[in-house]
Amino acid sequence: MKHYLFMLVCCLGLSSFAQDYFPDSKGVKAKTSNYVAITNAIIHVSPSKTLENSSLLFKDGKVVSLGDSKFPENTVIISAKGKHIYPSFIELYSGFGIKDLPKAPRTSQPQYNPNRSGYYWNDHVRPDQSATAHFKFDKKKAEAMRKAGFGTVNTHVTDAFVRGTSALYTLKNGENVNENLLKSNSAQYFAFDKSQQSRQAYPSSIMGFTALLRQFYHDTEAYKNGLISEKDLAIEAFIKNENLPQIFEVSDYLNALRADKIGDQFGVQYTIIGSGDEYKRVQTIKETKARFVLPVDYPNAYDVEDSYLRDYLSLSDMKHWQQAPHNAMMLADNGVEIAFTTKDLKSPSTLHKNLAKSVKLGLDKATALAALTTVPAQILQVSNQLGTLDEGKIANFIITSNELFAKDTRILENWVQGHRFSYGDISQIDISGDYLLTFDNTEYDLSISPKGTSFKASLKNSTNTFKTKLSFENNWLNLIIPVEAQDEAQFHVLSAKIDKQTNQINGKAVLANGTESRFTATKKTSAESDSSKDKNDSKKDNQENSHDILPVTYPNMAYGLSTPNPESKRILFKNATIITGSQQGKLEGYDLLVQDGKIEKIGKDLKSRRAEVIDATGKFLTAGIIDEHSHIAASSVNEGGHNSSAEVKMEDAVNPDDISIYRSLAGGVTTIQLLHGSANPIGGRSAILKLKWGKPAEEMIYDNSPKFIKFALGENVKQSNWGGNSRFPQSRMGVEQVFIDYFTRAKEYGELKASGDTYRVDEELETLLEIINSERFISCHSYVQSEINMLMKVADQFDFNVNTFTHILEGYKVADKMKAHGAGGSTFSDWWAYKYEVNDAIPFNAAIMHEQGVTVAINSDDGEMIRRLNQEAAKSMKYGDVSAEDAWKFVTANPAKLLHIEDRVGTVEEGKDADLVLWNAHPLSIYAKPEKTMIEGVVYFDLEKDLAMRKQIKKERNILINQMMQAKNKGLKTQPIKKKEKEFLHCDSLDHLNHKHN
Amino acid sequence: MLLVFSCTSLTFSQQTPATEQTESISIINATAHIGNGELVNNAVIVFEDGIITYVGTDQSKASGTTIEATGKHVYPGFIAPNSTLGLVEIDAVAATGDEDELGKMLPHVRSIIAYNTESKVVESMRPNGVLMGQITPQGGRISGTSSIVQFDAWNWEDAIIKEDDALHLNWPYGFRRSGNWYDPNRRYEQNKNYQPEVEDIYTYFKSAKVYTEENNRDLEKEAMQGVFNGTKRLFVHVNGEKEIRDVISFKEKMNLPNLTIVGAYHAYKVAEELKAADISVLVQRVHQVPNFEDDDYDLPYKLPKLLHDAGLLVALEGSGQMERMNSRNLPFYAGTAAAFGLDKELALQMITLNTAKILGVDDQIGSLEVGKDATLFISEGDALDMKGNKLTRAFIQGRDISLESHQTELYKRYSNKYKD
Repeated sequence: MKHYLFMLVCCLGLSSFAQDYFPDSKGVKAKTSNYVAITNAIIHVSPSKTLENSSLLFKDGKVVSLGDSKFPENTVIISAKGKHIYPSFIELYSGFGIKDLPKAPRTSQPQYNPNRSGYYWNDHVRPDQSATAHFKFDKKKAEAMRKAGFGTVNTHVTDAFVRGTSALYTLKNGENVNENLLKSNSAQYFAFDKSQQSRQAYPSSIMGFTALLRQFYHDTEAYKNGLISEKDLAIEAFIKNENLPQIFEVSDYLNALRADKIGDQFGVQYTIIGSGDEYKRVQTIKETKARFVLPVDYPNAYDVEDSYLRDYLSLSDMKHWQQAPHNAMMLADNGVEIAFTTKDLKSPSTLHKNLAKSVKLGLDKATALAALTTVPAQILQVSNQLGTLDEGKIANFIITSNELFAKDTRILENWVQGHRFSYGDISQIDISGDYLLTFDNTEYDLSISPKGTSFKASLKNSTNTFKTKLSFENNWLNLIIPVEAQDEAQFHVLSAKIDKQTNQINGKAVLANGTESRFTATKKTSAESDSSKDKNDSKKDNQENSHDILPVTYPNMAYGLSTPNPESKRILFKNATIITGSQQGKLEGYDLLVQDGKIEKIGKDLKSRRAEVIDATGKFLTAGIIDEHSHIAASSVNEGGHNSSAEVKMEDAVNPDDISIYRSLAGGVTTIQLLHGSANPIGGRSAILKLKWGKPAEEMIYDNSPKFIKFALGENVKQSNWGGNSRFPQSRMGVEQVFIDYFTRAKEYGELKASGDTYRVDEELETLLEIINSERFISCHSYVQSEINMLMKVADQFDFNVNTFTHILEGYKVADKMKAHGAGGSTFSDWWAYKYEVNDAIPFNAAIMHEQGVTVAINSDDGEMIRRLNQEAAKSMKYGDVSAEDAWKFVTANPAKLLHIEDRVGTVEEGKDADLVLWNAHPLSIYAKPEKTMIEGVVYFDLEKDLAMRKQIKKERNILINQMMQAKNKGLKTQPIKKKEKEFLHCDSLDHLNHKHN
Repeated sequence: MLLVFSCTSLTFSQQTPATEQTESISIINATAHIGNGELVNNAVIVFEDGIITYVGTDQSKASGTTIEATGKHVYPGFIAPNSTLGLVEIDAVAATGDEDELGKMLPHVRSIIAYNTESKVVESMRPNGVLMGQITPQGGRISGTSSIVQFDAWNWEDAIIKEDDALHLNWPYGFRRSGNWYDPNRRYEQNKNYQPEVEDIYTYFKSAKVYTEENNRDLEKEAMQGVFNGTKRLFVHVNGEKEIRDVISFKEKMNLPNLTIVGAYHAYKVAEELKAADISVLVQRVHQVPNFEDDDYDLPYKLPKLLHDAGLLVALEGSGQMERMNSRNLPFYAGTAAAFGLDKELALQMITLNTAKILGVDDQIGSLEVGKDATLFISEGDALDMKGNKLTRAFIQGRDISLESHQTELYKRYSNKYKD
């Protein structure tokens, strides 16, 4: 079959706004200035305004008028009868035309200092980068983007954290780029990403990024106020960029929330380049009030044919496959303003297919059009030039074969600043559709659909499918049909001239036997064509539209809840054995009433009419377990880029979508301290969390949370076990000096603050100052007695107390000193032998410290052990004969004390939070397991509900697996099964967010 | 202080192995957990020359030294299979590691040579009732040959219960990690080399099978012979369902008499076929998180029960993170399995008699039965429960062993420090 080749760029020489002042050494400096009118088209002037059978007149690349029928004499008239005209699209996220910047060479040791001088101390902060400085027009990419419907692209250097400014270019072929450049410094971009131009280690974690950005804002403020005496070209550039649109790229919805939170602190509203998973937390996303620029790289179905491999696929990944195409609609329906980007698409050409899918699934067409045109124009503050086809705007538009988001619509032409780029024949009649074909007294179902720049046909009758060949050239249709479906030896030939859009095609049929006759093909109504499709087809369609879309759960994975806001109920436990953990000890045969999230009453024969009654006969009711040392529910654990990271906050790294939360609830845990890791002598600030499964991260954090910070000593901070030897300290001797140095500086900082002078806000020193002022408490990772003693002495020097030593495996050697100092100990029950500094770790540690009057807790530091901390507490009864009553406090009342939350949790007492666990046996027995775990009156784990959820998970997995099989059978692309790697983070876990993920 | 130190140093040194049993010892009035599922109340247990000579309720059978154990419990010594105890002392100190030899096919490499009887970690097993272990090399495709030892010996030779008992084969993974280790989105992906890797195993076994000594002596092939003639058992470390199915057909095709799978996470999906193929299971550490996000939270806890209920011979192993020091928690792995549905005596059996059966030494150890080694202990309470697991006496082959350790010594030393 002959192909139309309309890929040629047809420049009509209409360009006329080249700069006059440019010398031209190639010929005469003549210029034409004709009008162009596209007529008879359906013009979508804007998402809300459509003109039927209208015309678009433009000149010098700008729209002159709409809807005229008389044109100036020097007008080239182009008919686009029946075709649609839309403003062309604007790409907001692109590195278009930006040369790849040099990669910094690998270094054998981590690099702690920046490469650049004259700029900010961190190489990943590069607000001085400018797109125009690195730009070279990329014709190939421009062609690909034009074909996908884009007329302008906002490009920036897609490297580094603070990335500097973008520039807005049109996509006409850039012979003279000055003509393409609509706006330089159009926006400032950010991403949680390190620059490839430097190997500087900091930041290495998400909370490092957030801290760095906060500090950069503080430093910018200080610079403006003259508090920084040196020149800093990065800060100066940032000040210049301040009033530009601020655009932040993120890799998941959690990072979107993190970015927005920083914006809130500094009065900046970022536009977010999203990640496609925002639908998982629509309400929280909405609360950001940010505009979201959404990628449309919907995942392919997984190839699930191998039944053994299916096991490796999680429900969450499968659901994402099904739900991702609904993302835009769900956000838009909830009032989030959205735009689209082709970011992450292998080719921009996929954009149309994927958007057509979303529209079919319910995305409003006008919203989708706005997301490609007016919204990006607003974001870039260029609505006066771009986004609609109103008079005076740039004549950037596309001509399409049909309505933009219909399935088979093609972009036929893309006009950029008056330059015509043609990808199809606009005079071509659209013959696609389902027809009833009749000739030689026989009826067939004929279906014609677009293929490339032309069409293809499929033909069947009631029994057979025929292989046909269709050609459509110069409005002549030619259809070749084999006489027998199976035997393709003889053919009928049908031909017809089609001059206009029609519902009936009439033409000549030359039968295989040579007889000539007529044929007719009558277009079916949409109802007819649906019913004529075979059952399979309609079934498939139903599947896509329908009700097999699984609901989003909170979190959107196995064991997720149907609502993020479960109700706190009034619950009456009857006849329980209550292990109070308070002076009341064990209460047998008592009732307990939960109301408004609190323990309302404990007593005998309690009654409450409206309460749900739980018979606890033979069961044990206790306070929820508190893990003083945990790294679950974290996106990241260590900011290892500096030896002090007091500026980072684990509250920035909370990951509410971690299955470990649910599993820990199943082990009776209700509160954890999410600690920073132990890579640095001075770690990061803690997040103290209630494990409210299903809630967003912010709502898991304690209200009025006590302030904590992680410190660390020993092998980890001196980097003994992973070979780094370029960072101070490398010995325990150095560790002491790090502390004294930092606290000295913090003290000076405090004096400066107190003096009333203006000062540069320094989050790191602010945090350390809080420690000195006993407003923030240390939980210090520690092993051997020398260093434990050292830190207490350092604290004495600065007149504060070390609140908690965690791990503290040699605490038993200095328990008397700890007691005297007032430090608590949160330890492992029996860990040892994993590194040299735990050689003298003994399982009797808790017992000895406890005996000496130290407040002792048993912690996990481990996603496995946290599931059975009751057992770990019971080990104190084996190792050192601790009483059951005290052993139980090691995982409840004592960690509550150490975390300064003992007024709220840790014991079963009236007035305290109803964070309770109902056990089938005494919790210090190995045979005990939780049946219900409740936080503030909400049951987050229930053994019976768990069983029901297991069934539901199986059911949902099956639905999705079947849908994926169908997708594959339909011929859709699939991807190989991958299993999420669940990493269990410990103190030692180093993060490597510092790598590009492209 | 000086006095305290000298006192401490005078106590029985845990490093010194106990002396041979010279006279018969009788434990009376105990609750005896036989290890085969039976429970005997008011039991009398008599052993002579390191061998059990009587287990019953007949008080008149008591002879020699009598140990009154009213209210106490007697258990056969627990056995830690698939263990690296004594092969590594401190995880992070590379110089203390001897568990992994260079190379891929190492049937000839023998763990017993590197087994350190003076390991502080090994001695810390005994106060919890873990008195024996199968010392097993790791790494490579065929890691090497294990040996079974008891934990009271001057040197490796004296520690042997059974030398070179089994060969350990790490079955290829159908799925494995791919991509850069630092990639936050790193995933497990299908192992494209899985089939060739399996073929390599077949090729190796086939060529070992036809090896005769007429050829030049080949240490590797020589070491392989036992798995064909039944003198060495084969332990195949495997977890996925498909891989387990491939191991079943491997056993059949290679006609291997004794095969046990180790780890066996997905074995519950293949239980019937495993049973038909007469394959036993050393099930992965009970204190483990589920491998898959969607799995039941308690799957690792209930796995032993699932496999037992399907009719398989099951014992518990504890390899994994910090496996050596954690081996002393073996009784609590069994206790947790009981908390999630397994009968308590059956849970015990999975760390005693079943283990001995799977290791092929149940004629010698694994239960309190006449004729077996008197490797047993007395506990104040339920030894599968933390608060009950308090050993008062322990015997290995009749020797009255110390329950002290580096750790108890430090405990005493520092408890005394604060008494002054």
